Amino acid sequence: MKVSLFLTCLADVVYPASVGQSTVEVLERLGCEVDFPKKQTCCGQPAFNSGFHRESKEVAQHMIKTFEHAEYVVSPSGSCVSMLKEYPHLFADDPDWADRASQLADKSYELTQFIVEVLKVEDVGAELEANVTYHTSCHMTRLLGVRDAPMKLLANVKGLKFTELPNKQQCCGFGGTFSVKMVPISEQMVNEKVEHIEETNADVLIGADLGCLMNIGGRIERQGKPVKVMHIAEVLNSQGS
Amino acid sequence: MGVRIGSEKFFDRVDKGINNEFMRKAVVEAQTRLEGRKTKTQEEMGNWEDWRDLSEEIRQHTLDNLDFYLEQFAENVAEQGGHVFFAESAEEANDYITNVVKKKNAKNIIKSKSMVTEEIGMNEALEETGCNVVESDLGEWILQLDDHDPPSHIVVPALHKNKEQIRETFHEKRQYSNSSDPNELALFAREQLRKDFLSAEVGITGCNFAVAESGSVSLVTNEGNARLATTLPETQITVMGMERIVPTWKELDILVSMLCRSAVGQKLTSYITGLTAVKEDGDVDGPEEFHVVIVDNGRSKILGTKYQSALQCIRCAACINVCPVYRHVGGHSYGSIYPGPIGAVLTPLLDGYEDHKELPYASSLCAACTEACPVKIPLHELLVEHRKDIVEKTGKIGFAEKMAMKGYAKAASNPNLYKMGTNMAPSYIKSIAKSEEDGKGKGVGPVKLWTNIRDLPESDGNSFRKWFENRSKGGDQ
Repeated sequence: MKVSLFLTCLADVVYPASVGQSTVEVLERLGCEVDFPKKQTCCGQPAFNSGFHRESKEVAQHMIKTFEHAEYVVSPSGSCVSMLKEYPHLFADDPDWADRASQLADKSYELTQFIVEVLKVEDVGAELEANVTYHTSCHMTRLLGVRDAPMKLLANVKGLKFTELPNKQQCCGFGGTFSVKMVPISEQMVNEKVEHIEETNADVLIGADLGCLMNIGGRIERQGKPVKVMHIAEVLNSQGS
Repeated sequence: MGVRIGSEKFFDRVDKGINNEFMRKAVVEAQTRLEGRKTKTQEEMGNWEDWRDLSEEIRQHTLDNLDFYLEQFAENVAEQGGHVFFAESAEEANDYITNVVKKKNAKNIIKSKSMVTEEIGMNEALEETGCNVVESDLGEWILQLDDHDPPSHIVVPALHKNKEQIRETFHEKRQYSNSSDPNELALFAREQLRKDFLSAEVGITGCNFAVAESGSVSLVTNEGNARLATTLPETQITVMGMERIVPTWKELDILVSMLCRSAVGQKLTSYITGLTAVKEDGDVDGPEEFHVVIVDNGRSKILGTKYQSALQCIRCAACINVCPVYRHVGGHSYGSIYPGPIGAVLTPLLDGYEDHKELPYASSLCAACTEACPVKIPLHELLVEHRKDIVEKTGKIGFAEKMAMKGYAKAASNPNLYKMGTNMAPSYIKSIAKSEEDGKGKGVGPVKLWTNIRDLPESDGNSFRKWFENRSKGGDQ
């Protein structure tokens, strides 16, 4: 199966290469042929959520063209995929682009969703000895509707000791530009999230969205807490020690 | 009071909220309790999503045909001896109400809880004419005694007060001398309020739903105060937002159930009151004169726009009870009598962007509100629509943000520019990832705002692309 990777700008620019590498390696291990369209950039969500829809459309058109050839688009981010799914609405008054946008939206999947729903795999053969908890990101669960896939995959990772995160449904306070526009509120939200993570005694916080992980991880680092943050792709790519 | 409360700036209100430890604890407890109860009662329904779909359909149908149902309702009220007044503005509504009260030579007014009367500032208007207006909902009465402290929640208005503070207020204003035991406090309130019920010449209520087919008004309470306020006084005035209507009792049945479950996690509240027209011969109670004031106050301007779904709201506060922003800043931070997600949507529509331009941004767009809403208002999407209108129509966006967004769009739609940016990013990020020694952030603008409270991950330099290219050439296989 041929899969085109949409890396996302955070994994491309802000995060070390391991998130993208892990995504590619997991998919390849499951028999996919992974292609990386080099012209890809960002999904356009920062502009969209800030109300700059003209600007968001410019970015969306570029992304639609970049992935037009793809059979499947797979991305290690629930939030960015939910933005791709927003494209048809964004071009609601432009039938040609709306049609092309729908084609992209229909073939786009978040990584764990793709593995479970399309590849029909629930055990990727990963192994990681660690006490972990999992942050369910809002866009992935509420907008994309992906709730079970990550849990199914994590349940089959050997060595994981899993503790559910209290108040897991609550936003971590990232919210894209919200995190810099509403710093005092975002700070309270992420503080509460970190408190709940500590309550689990987990050594590792796993998440499927780098926006949330950058926010929670950044706060954990600033507070000097001994919790490590891992993207779910990195966990699924772990092969034990 | 009007829609707006207080005159402080948004971030000053937020700071005050964040630093109010007691209020925050109370909000967390209330959210946990109310949301927990709601989940339980909605599970009992079995197919909650179907009920939400049906409720949305009822509300949409009613709004799409609002002119028809309002006319039907008004005709039915009039036919049965009631008076109907359509008020385009808050002033018109208040003028009508004060005139009715004047004509009755009334001085004492008993009220049941009503958000729309807060919205139009009715109490103040009546007090200016020398009337004594008494709130009979316990929460509202506490706030009224406490020098008209504004509500911080649309269902639990005194959420931000604890029993000690209430005892203090009762003591100071009504010489209460007992303990802060909730039973004793409630007993005292009942004794005090009983006198006001008995002496009132006019009862004023809000309206949860008005039934078009019969010209009836229904009220949902747990204290029974609305029932007393509509049976003892000779004259009853009901004030309702123009969207608060259902076609028939069948739809009322469904929406009342959705309201009670979503608001307080009860199948039904203790009192569901249905009132039709005036007292007839042989009736033992009920008003001799009945007025309904149907308030527009900006609502008809929302009809037919992309914001119409905001009028589907049945004022249950389920969105408020799950909102992580409300959780930390409390109701008063919104600067509006309508707080939380629905408040952030509705307030700028009713009162303009000028005083409320921050509200659409006071959300992480986590969509918990949209998920909780029993009538499926896409609240987080409406907040984005507000942001869009602020950008495109109001000019209330700073130059720096405008330029940043234009720059972003250029870079993210042009691979060469994007590459330049991504090549420069890692070393820049490295230089600002950790805080200064004093704990403050580095960089400027949004970067500094980010790093004031958080570190950044240290990128190893656009290396995914290099890695991928390298292995495609056979370097890493």
